[in-house]
Amino acid sequence: MNDLIEIRWHGRGGQGAKTASLLLADAAFNTGKFIQGFPEYGPERMGAPITAYNRISNKPITIHSNIYEPDFVVVVDDTLLESVPVTAGLKENGAIVINTTKDAEYLKKVLNGYKGNVYTIDARKVSMETLGKYFPNTPMLAAIVKVSGVMTDQELLDDMKGSFKHKFAKKPEVIEPNMKALEMALQEVKKIQ
Amino acid sequence: MSIRERLSGNEAAAIAMKQINPDVVAAFPITPSTEIPQYFSTFVSNGTVDTEFVAVESEHSAMSACIGAEAAGGRAMTATSANGLSFMWEMIYIASSMRLPIVMSLVNRAVSGPLNIHNDHSDAMGVRDAGWIMLFSENNQEAYDNLVMAHRIAEHKDVLLPLMVCQDGFITSHSIENIELIEDDKVKEFVGKYKPEHYLLNAKEPIAMGPLDLQAYLFEHKKQQAQAMINAKQVILDVAKDFEKMTGRSYSFFEEYKLEDAEIAIVCMNSTAGTTKFVVDELRSNGIKAGLLKVRVYRPFPAEEIAKALSHVKAVAVLDKADSLNAAGGALYTDVTSAMYVNKNQVPTVNYIYGIGGRDTKGDDIKGVYEDLQKIAQTGNIENPYRYMGLRG
Repeated sequence: MNDLIEIRWHGRGGQGAKTASLLLADAAFNTGKFIQGFPEYGPERMGAPITAYNRISNKPITIHSNIYEPDFVVVVDDTLLESVPVTAGLKENGAIVINTTKDAEYLKKVLNGYKGNVYTIDARKVSMETLGKYFPNTPMLAAIVKVSGVMTDQELLDDMKGSFKHKFAKKPEVIEPNMKALEMALQEVKKIQ
Repeated sequence: MSIRERLSGNEAAAIAMKQINPDVVAAFPITPSTEIPQYFSTFVSNGTVDTEFVAVESEHSAMSACIGAEAAGGRAMTATSANGLSFMWEMIYIASSMRLPIVMSLVNRAVSGPLNIHNDHSDAMGVRDAGWIMLFSENNQEAYDNLVMAHRIAEHKDVLLPLMVCQDGFITSHSIENIELIEDDKVKEFVGKYKPEHYLLNAKEPIAMGPLDLQAYLFEHKKQQAQAMINAKQVILDVAKDFEKMTGRSYSFFEEYKLEDAEIAIVCMNSTAGTTKFVVDELRSNGIKAGLLKVRVYRPFPAEEIAKALSHVKAVAVLDKADSLNAAGGALYTDVTSAMYVNKNQVPTVNYIYGIGGRDTKGDDIKGVYEDLQKIAQTGNIENPYRYMGLRG
């Protein structure tokens, strides 16, 4: 892993992109890293485009600006692809991970000629099959871990088990479905050729 | 052993307050400082602190309640931002002139109008002459550490002044980052018990506080306030020394980052100092002798020390996150240049107003300033010392 990995999240208000970025920060922290997790606060309303950021490093992080040249981009909602320049500044030796069922041809068209790796996952399917409701952030968290390699699959699963136990102390019945969502997402994320 | 954690700046401030366990916290919610009293009120509800939490109806009342509590002989804290601080304005001066060592978390945000909830330093700069000690914090760690040191400074018998700990709204207040926490018992021992010499609830010494003070004495009392601010300098250093013994983390009036052999230097405060460090490292790897002076203690202003620390460089840029709208330059710039003038230090110095209303400060913006400084260092020419950084053309 490079000394500093920068990740930018694109989602819509209410989908949990901010929460996912904070969960990723948490998980990376628990593997011994220095981390930053912060959303770009704008008008806060359901459905509005939102951006969140992560920095993950082996060294202390001092920079406090937004991220303009990310190593990785996560798109939680594919309806943003035609309205938000999601590949802006994205490094070509990096990758973009998109929650979508759209085909390669469509993605090529909307990604403005991005030459790096493109990964997709059907987070809706994963979420509906495991949680029975549409919460894309848990599958997208697993997808970006898989693609970025900021930690191993097992490190993610071990850490999240602890987090879910704490977070869902009063709803223990949802811990197992969330773990299943992570496991399934780790398998489902695919590189587009 | 310190405790490795990851917290937002607001969480860090609330945890510091929990460990300090003050007698009274009075606060009114305002973005982006809302979370501080919000988290703290859960500590009150859970019984982890025995603080009296006063959920007031306005910031004017928040500061009034802190004044009442502190005058009565208690230790009082609050938190606010921007227009919340504006609404406290009248009581801010009363707190300091009554010599009440209240401690405030100020999460810096643009003062309206038009309405903007994002970061700049216009709130803090508005009260820079109000007689409060003002500490600035680069990140969550410094916001926490400064709060742990705050009461020891403010309550010292040679000082007795209120103190505010500033940090950047959203940029650090809402960013999760690594932090080293100190154990509860160590903080408790470090901060110590508050033992005011004179207070209203002392039946053995009936006194009046803050009564009418006309031509005969107000001037003398103001001189005492001014002397207290001068005295605060030594106390700040002494407390920092004790803090370093406990944590290994060293603090002074300001931090010099690669400044010792620097030829060009930036002076700034809060989170931008972190971004500047990142840029300094990059420039240094290209052989450019860039440095940073990060002001931590803005009031009292360490004029002589800053002038000395900058005396060897060839060009200086002072970054102000608030415009003084005076056709001459921002407050930090005015302070730094007057310090240099009085100390006969003639280094070419320019001012950049930046980051107003949450405009993001990029590494490239800072790099641009260092490029300007290289030119100034070569030619000695400053055409316009009052400039803007990151403004759209």
